[in-house]
Amino acid sequence: MSAATLTRQEAMEPQKPLAAMTRPLLVVLPFLVLLLAASLLPDWAVQVPKGWTIPFVDWANMVFDHLRDDAIFGLFSFRDLTRGAAELITWPLAFVEGLLVSGFPDIGIAAMPWVMTAGLSGVLGWYLRDWRLGALAAGCVAYMAIFGKWELSMITLSVVLVAAPIAGLIGFGIGILAVKKQWFEALVVPLLNVLQSLPHFSYLIPIAIFIGVGHKAGAIATVIFAIPPMARLTILGLKGVAEEVREAGKMAGCTRFQTLWMVEIPSARQPLLVGVNQVIMQCLAMVVIASFVGARGLGHDLLFRLQALKIGQALESGVAIVLMAITLDQLSRAAAHKEPSHLAPDASLLQRFPFLAASLAVIAASLLLAAITPYAQAWPSELALSTAPFWDALVDWITVTLYDPLQYLRNAMLLYVLIPIRDLFQSIPWTAMVALVAAAGWSLGGFRLAAIVSGFVLFIAFAGYWERSLITAYMVTVAVLLCIMIGLPIGIWASRSERRTGIAKLLCDTFQTFPSFIYLIPVIMLFKVGDVAAISAIIIYAMIPIVRYTIFGLRNVPQEIVEAGITSGCTQRQLLWNIRMPLAFPEIMLGINQTIMFALFMVIIAAFIGTKDIGQEIFRALTFNDAGKGLVLGLCVAFMGLTADQLITAWATRRKQKLGLAG
Amino acid sequence: MSEAKIACRNLWKLYGSDPAGFLRRNHNNPSIETIRAEGYVPAVRNVSFDVMPGEILVVMGLSGSGKSTLLRCLARLIEPTSGEVMFEGRDILAATEHELIDLRRHKMGMVFQHFALLPHRTVLDNVAFPLQVRGTDRQKRERRAREVIELVGLKGREGYYPRELSGGQQQRVGIARSLAVGPDVWFLDEPFSALDPLIRREMQDEFLRLQKVLNKTIVFITHDFDEAIRVADRIAIMKDGVVEQLGTAEELVTCPATPYVAEFTRNVSHDRLLSVRAVMAPASSRKPDAAAVQAQALIASVARQVLTSERPVDVIDDAGALVGTLTRDGLIDALYGKEQCA
Repeated sequence: MSAATLTRQEAMEPQKPLAAMTRPLLVVLPFLVLLLAASLLPDWAVQVPKGWTIPFVDWANMVFDHLRDDAIFGLFSFRDLTRGAAELITWPLAFVEGLLVSGFPDIGIAAMPWVMTAGLSGVLGWYLRDWRLGALAAGCVAYMAIFGKWELSMITLSVVLVAAPIAGLIGFGIGILAVKKQWFEALVVPLLNVLQSLPHFSYLIPIAIFIGVGHKAGAIATVIFAIPPMARLTILGLKGVAEEVREAGKMAGCTRFQTLWMVEIPSARQPLLVGVNQVIMQCLAMVVIASFVGARGLGHDLLFRLQALKIGQALESGVAIVLMAITLDQLSRAAAHKEPSHLAPDASLLQRFPFLAASLAVIAASLLLAAITPYAQAWPSELALSTAPFWDALVDWITVTLYDPLQYLRNAMLLYVLIPIRDLFQSIPWTAMVALVAAAGWSLGGFRLAAIVSGFVLFIAFAGYWERSLITAYMVTVAVLLCIMIGLPIGIWASRSERRTGIAKLLCDTFQTFPSFIYLIPVIMLFKVGDVAAISAIIIYAMIPIVRYTIFGLRNVPQEIVEAGITSGCTQRQLLWNIRMPLAFPEIMLGINQTIMFALFMVIIAAFIGTKDIGQEIFRALTFNDAGKGLVLGLCVAFMGLTADQLITAWATRRKQKLGLAG
Repeated sequence: MSEAKIACRNLWKLYGSDPAGFLRRNHNNPSIETIRAEGYVPAVRNVSFDVMPGEILVVMGLSGSGKSTLLRCLARLIEPTSGEVMFEGRDILAATEHELIDLRRHKMGMVFQHFALLPHRTVLDNVAFPLQVRGTDRQKRERRAREVIELVGLKGREGYYPRELSGGQQQRVGIARSLAVGPDVWFLDEPFSALDPLIRREMQDEFLRLQKVLNKTIVFITHDFDEAIRVADRIAIMKDGVVEQLGTAEELVTCPATPYVAEFTRNVSHDRLLSVRAVMAPASSRKPDAAAVQAQALIASVARQVLTSERPVDVIDDAGALVGTLTRDGLIDALYGKEQCA
C-alpha cells in the first residue's frame, strides 16, 4: 500500500491531530524539497530551458496569418468578412450617436436636447423604482452637460446602447442552445470559462488585426467581451427554472417551442435581467479600455490625460465614467427587480401606461423648452463648469504635504516586502510549482483535477514566458494577501449589524460598477508609477469580493446554529471564532477565489503604469499587433486564474458538503 | 363493470447507467437487493393497477417512496423503464409527441405541490394558459377562465399576480388552471402539502365539493394518511417503489397486508373510519328491530346505542332489510383489538 492511499484512509477515520496534518504536509512537501534543494537541482529543473519552449505563439500566428492573408470563402477573404460584419455595426452606432449628440445634419434634424435626455432618464428611473432613482439618473445626465462632458459621454453611452443589446442577444442565443443541446453545452462552457478569465487586452489584439483600429473596432471588441456573461447567466437562469413549472407547461400541452418561450424564459426573467445588467456593465468597462484601439469617448479622454499625467482632468473624466456606471447599473438593476402588480379594474389610461404618458410629457416639455432657450438644447461650452482646478489643487496638496510619508511608505514597501518576495518567487524552480499544483489537485479532486491544473501550469511553463508569469504571480499573491488582511476584518466588522452590512454592500456594489481602469487614477496620484502603485490599484479593486463574500458567509450561517451557540453561553468572540467563522469559511474561500480573479484582471491593466510582468508583454503585443503572442499570453493569465479557481472551488465544495451546507 | 380509465401494468422506473438492459437481463423482475447491488436507484417497481372512471385513487407513501415518479410515469412526464400505461384503452407510452400534446391539451389536468404558477402572468392569464397554448381565441379562453376562477372561489382576483396571493389562493389558481380545459383525468401531486394545516383542511373540503360537481377520474398523491382517508375511494400504499397494498381505507386498517401498512394504520382512530358493515356479524333473514342501525353508518355514530344495549343491535341496509347484527364485544374488538380480516 502506498503512502498516498494510507493518508486517504486515515482521513476517513476520526481524525487524530497527526493524521489531520499529514495531508496538507504531503501536498507542500515535494514543493518545499524542490524549493530548498534548488541549488542542487540541474538547471533544466529550475529554469525552463529555452529549447523546451513549445512555439504556441508561432502556431497561433500561423492560424491568424492564414486567416488574415489566405482564407478565402468564395468571393471574400476572411478579413473582408470580419471587416464587412464590423461595417454593419456602424449603422446603429451612427443612428444612436445622431440621436443623442450629433444630430442628423443631412436631413436637418438636431440631436435630442440634453434636457430631454435627462428628463427621459429621470422618467425611466422613476418608472423602474421610485422618484429617487429618477432624480439620480436625471442628475447624472445633467452633470455630463453642465460639466462639459456631454459629447464624450454621449459617444460612450452610444457604444454601450448599441453593443449591449447585440451582445445580450448573441449571449442569450448561445445560452439557450447550450441548455437545449448537451453537446453544445459540453463545448461552450469550458470555452466560456477561459473567455471570462482572459484579460481585456487579449480581446483587443485580434480585433485590431481583423477589423483594424478605430471607434468601430472598439465597439466590436465591446460586443465580443460582453457576450460570455450573458451566455453564462442564460444557462444558469434557464436551468434554475423549477422542474415543476416546466412540467406545468408540458401538462398544459405546450410544444417544445411553447415551453421555451412561454414558460421557461419568462420564469427565468430575473436571472436573465441580471445578465443584462452584467452585459451593460461589461460593455462600459470594455469601451473604456477599448480606447487603446481607438474607441472614442470618455475612455479615450481619460487615457489621453493620464498619459499626459494631467491628473486633475483625468479625475474629471473618471468622475463622469463613474457617474455613468452608477446610473446604468442602478437602472438595469431596478429593471431586474421590478415585479408586476395588479391594477384596479377602473384604472385610467394614465394609470395603465404611466411610463408612456410621462415620457410623452417630458418630450413635449423639453422640445418646447429647447424652442424657447438654446441653453436647453445644448449647454454652451463657455458656461461649462470644470472641477479640474479643484482636483489639481488636491493633487498639489497631496504632493506637497504627503510627499515624504508616501515616499517613505513606497520605499519601505519595495525594500522590505516587495523585492524580497519577488526574489523568492523568482527562485522557485518551475518543477516545484508544477509539483505543488499537481499535489494540491490530487489531494482535492483526485487524478482528474491534478491533470487539469498541472496541464495549465505546464502550458504557462512551456509557452516561454515563465519568468514574466512568476512576476505576475508574485504581484497577485502579495496583493491578494493584503486584500485578505484588510478585507477580512472589514467584512467581519460589517457583518455585525444590519446597518453596517447595508452600508458595506452599497459601497461594494458601487465600487464594483466602476470600470477597472478608473482605479489607476488615485494610485498614480499617490504613488506615481511602479510596482507599489500597481499593487495598490490591485488591492483597491480586488478587495471588493473578499469583503462581500465574508459578509455574505458570516450572515448566512444558519440562525439556529448561532442560537445554539448563544444558549451554550458563547461570548460574541467565541460565537465568531467557534461558530460563524468555521461555517462561513467555504464561502470566504470563494470570495478569495474571486479576489484572485479580480487581481489578475487588474494586474494586466496595471501594465499601463509600468510593471514588468506578463501584462507588459501583452501591452507590447498590442503595440506590435502580435496577435499570436497576445493570445498565448492571455491564455497564460487565464490559466493562472483557472488553476486557482479549480483548486479553490473543489476545496470549497468538499468543505461545504462536509459541513452539510447547501450549494 | 366499465373499462378502466387508466391502467398500468408491470410499470418500472429505475435510475442508473443502463436501466432497460439491466431489467431485461434480470427477466423484468430483479429483487431490490440486486437493484441496489448493481448501483441502480429504484423509483417504481412492478406497479400494476386500474383507475375506474370517476374514482379517486390516492397513492400514499413517504418521501422517496416513488409516488411522485409513479404519477409522472402515468402522465408520461417521465419515461418509464418498462411496462405499459393505458389511457382509455390506448397505450400512452406508444403515443408520439404530437399525440401526447393533444392528449394533455384535452384530457389531462395536473396540480403541483408548489403550485408551479407562471410568475409573470395574472391569475386570469395563468388559468387561460392551457387554452392559449392550444390556440383558443382570447375572448373564448378568458370567458372559460373566468368560469373556472369563479368555480374555485377566486372571483375578483383575476388581475392579481401569483406573488400577491396567499398559498391557499395560489393553489386555487393551480386547480383552476388544471380544470380549464375540462379534462377527464385529474392528477394531483401532493396538492395541499405546502399549505398550513387549517388551510389544508379547508382545501380538502373544497376539493371534495368540486369532485362532487365534476366527477373526474383522479390520481391523488399524498404523504398524509389522514388526507388519504378523507378523500380516497381506494388507497395504494407505496414503499421503495412498490405498492405494498391497494384497497379501501377500511381494508387497509382492518387487514393490513404487510407490517409496513400496519405501522401506518395503527394510529388511525377506527371509529371514524370503519362502517357498521365492516364490523357486524352476519345474521339470518328475519324482520329487523325498530331500533336497527344503518349498515353504512360510521361506528362512532352508533357506539353509544350498541354499547348501552343488552342485546345485539340489528343492522339494516338502505332498503331496510336486515343484513347483520352488531354486539358490544364485536364493537369493542373492532375498536381496541382483535382485528378481523375477511
